[in-house]
Amino acid sequence: MAEDLFNSFMNGPDENGRFGDFGGRFVSETLMPLILSLEEEYERAKTDPTFWAQMDDLWKHYVGRPSPLYFAERLTEHLGGAKIYLKRDELNHTGAHKINNVLGQILLAMRMGKTRIIAETGAGQHGVATATVCARFGLKCVVYMGAHDVERQAPNVFRMRLLGAEVVPVTSGRGTLKDAMNDALRDWVTNVHDTFYCIGTVAGPHPYPAMVRDFQSIIGKEVREQLQEHEGEGRLPDTLIAAIGGGSNAMGLFFPFLDDKSVNIIGVEAGGKGVNEKMEHCASLTGGRPGVLHGNRTYLLQDDDGQILEGFSISAGLDYPGIGPEHSWLHDTGRAEYVSITDKEALEAFQLSCKLEGIIPALEPSHALAHVTKIAPDLPSDHIIVMNMCGRGDKDIFTVAKHLGFDMKTSD
Amino acid sequence: MTRIDRKFAALKEEGKKAFVAYVMAGDPDYDTSLEVIKGLPGAGVDIIEMGIPFTDPMADGPTIQLAGQRALDAGQTLQKTLDMATEFRKTDDTTPIVMMGYYNPIYSRGVPKFLEDAKAAGIDGLIVVDLPPEEDSELCIPANEAGMNFIRLATPTTDDKRLPKVLQNTSGFVYYVSITGITGAAEAQAADVAPEVARIKSQTDLPVIVGFGIKTPDAAESIASVADGAVVGSAIVKLIEEKRPVDEILAYVKSLADGTHRA
Repeated sequence: MAEDLFNSFMNGPDENGRFGDFGGRFVSETLMPLILSLEEEYERAKTDPTFWAQMDDLWKHYVGRPSPLYFAERLTEHLGGAKIYLKRDELNHTGAHKINNVLGQILLAMRMGKTRIIAETGAGQHGVATATVCARFGLKCVVYMGAHDVERQAPNVFRMRLLGAEVVPVTSGRGTLKDAMNDALRDWVTNVHDTFYCIGTVAGPHPYPAMVRDFQSIIGKEVREQLQEHEGEGRLPDTLIAAIGGGSNAMGLFFPFLDDKSVNIIGVEAGGKGVNEKMEHCASLTGGRPGVLHGNRTYLLQDDDGQILEGFSISAGLDYPGIGPEHSWLHDTGRAEYVSITDKEALEAFQLSCKLEGIIPALEPSHALAHVTKIAPDLPSDHIIVMNMCGRGDKDIFTVAKHLGFDMKTSD
Repeated sequence: MTRIDRKFAALKEEGKKAFVAYVMAGDPDYDTSLEVIKGLPGAGVDIIEMGIPFTDPMADGPTIQLAGQRALDAGQTLQKTLDMATEFRKTDDTTPIVMMGYYNPIYSRGVPKFLEDAKAAGIDGLIVVDLPPEEDSELCIPANEAGMNFIRLATPTTDDKRLPKVLQNTSGFVYYVSITGITGAAEAQAADVAPEVARIKSQTDLPVIVGFGIKTPDAAESIASVADGAVVGSAIVKLIEEKRPVDEILAYVKSLADGTHRA
């Protein structure tokens, strides 16, 4: 037991925000004092029962937690192997796991006396979640979004505006998620006195990766309890599967199980058109190498000169050239396995979920589901897979329609 | 002693403030950029800051962002930036060169190899925006050990409690960022800057140079009068963006240098 504790995968990060060699605090001096005071405030909040009481209350009555753990009977039958459960985080208020984390960060922002919230968003789910919680607490909200994403995620842009947020289309750089993050950082450095940066994933400078993971860990904690209700006391999942862009829904599912050696952990990256030399993918771990961007050291898509490359994916939510540093560490230590799924495979899984389970998934978890369909048939019927259905697909129906050759205007 | 230390010693003797000019290496292309850089000492520049182009310059405003993109589009690499320094050193062995940028291109090359190559190319100091003192073991300490200055940024948010940590491993000079914000943004005010420079100087013997938000010869003069010198970047880079002829660019640089040296 003592040896197990010593070798725990759950002790990270260290006091410098490192998971092994990954993570850290690679930010400009202007932001450093703020990041240190955020860390202090988070440490205080973590052990403050009133903070967690407030979180639990909001999670329950505002978000709708716990989200169900659902036995996907027809999918299981169809694949003819492992028993498949879906963690239904797509049923949360705002339609994805993002709000779990946003609530925590906004409560912290208010504890720190910050009155203006900024966020970056790719697909728009984190932006919508941030705009929602800001509306709930009467805070000013500014969301940075790549100009290209503003175009392809128009419904989410309108949602954010309805919720009172200002959406700033980002045209600097190549106008993508990473550029939105750059512009959010530029805003932060300029308005550091009253502004809180609400990061949407387990990346950025310490303490963000650990803090976002802790807020998202509610997913895995619930799975642990709920699976026992289905399968009997003490039963753990055999395999956990989740999609990864930055990796927050995956860290949320994985973290509470990191020290359960029998649990097999698989993260699914966006393979785009295939992990090839043309870099038409977003698979940082499969196709990248370690580098420093946006405050942390992690695996990045980059060229030989250390210039950052654009990712490519059908899913705007996975379209980021980096990945959370804890995933890089879990990858290098071998505790988790990381695979990639192409756009085409994700689209097939998307349709399968609609037809067999009556669940329209977001394109992000469709990647995870595609990997489930690959491995489940070869596993025994007593093998339990839990997959995180981290978002619903309403936002993606236009993209999917286009790829399936369906004209939304004429309905045929 | 590095060229930077010798330069400040000489300026002190003459009773002059330092004028530091920033240009993005390789902007708009290798040859034009090298021509500008070679002309800087003749225009009165005391220290040259050569920007390392990077795809994701988080602390820079639009002017420097676009300069980096132009350089990258023209094929600039870290190797070519080092080549420019080598080329410059063939005709000038006294003007200090500081490389300024972000960590990833350096990390990607490998810190020991980068330091060796930079030293051989005649680079005297480094300013790396995303390496605060908390990450000193990455590059700051190895650079100091290799005899290269590691110049740290101090900012309006660097309070008294934190200042000693910021100054601890800094060498060459301290770069005081006059505003909370990005390069080329709000105008720096001498009245705001003066007490901050005094605060820093009370804790270090290093020269304190002020940058960010200085755009005109008058502004350079007024800021330099309350510090040991001034940095101008975006205002010069803007002229390169506007495709002005090199002699016109250098004439403006000279007016900035003259302004600083009047202080």
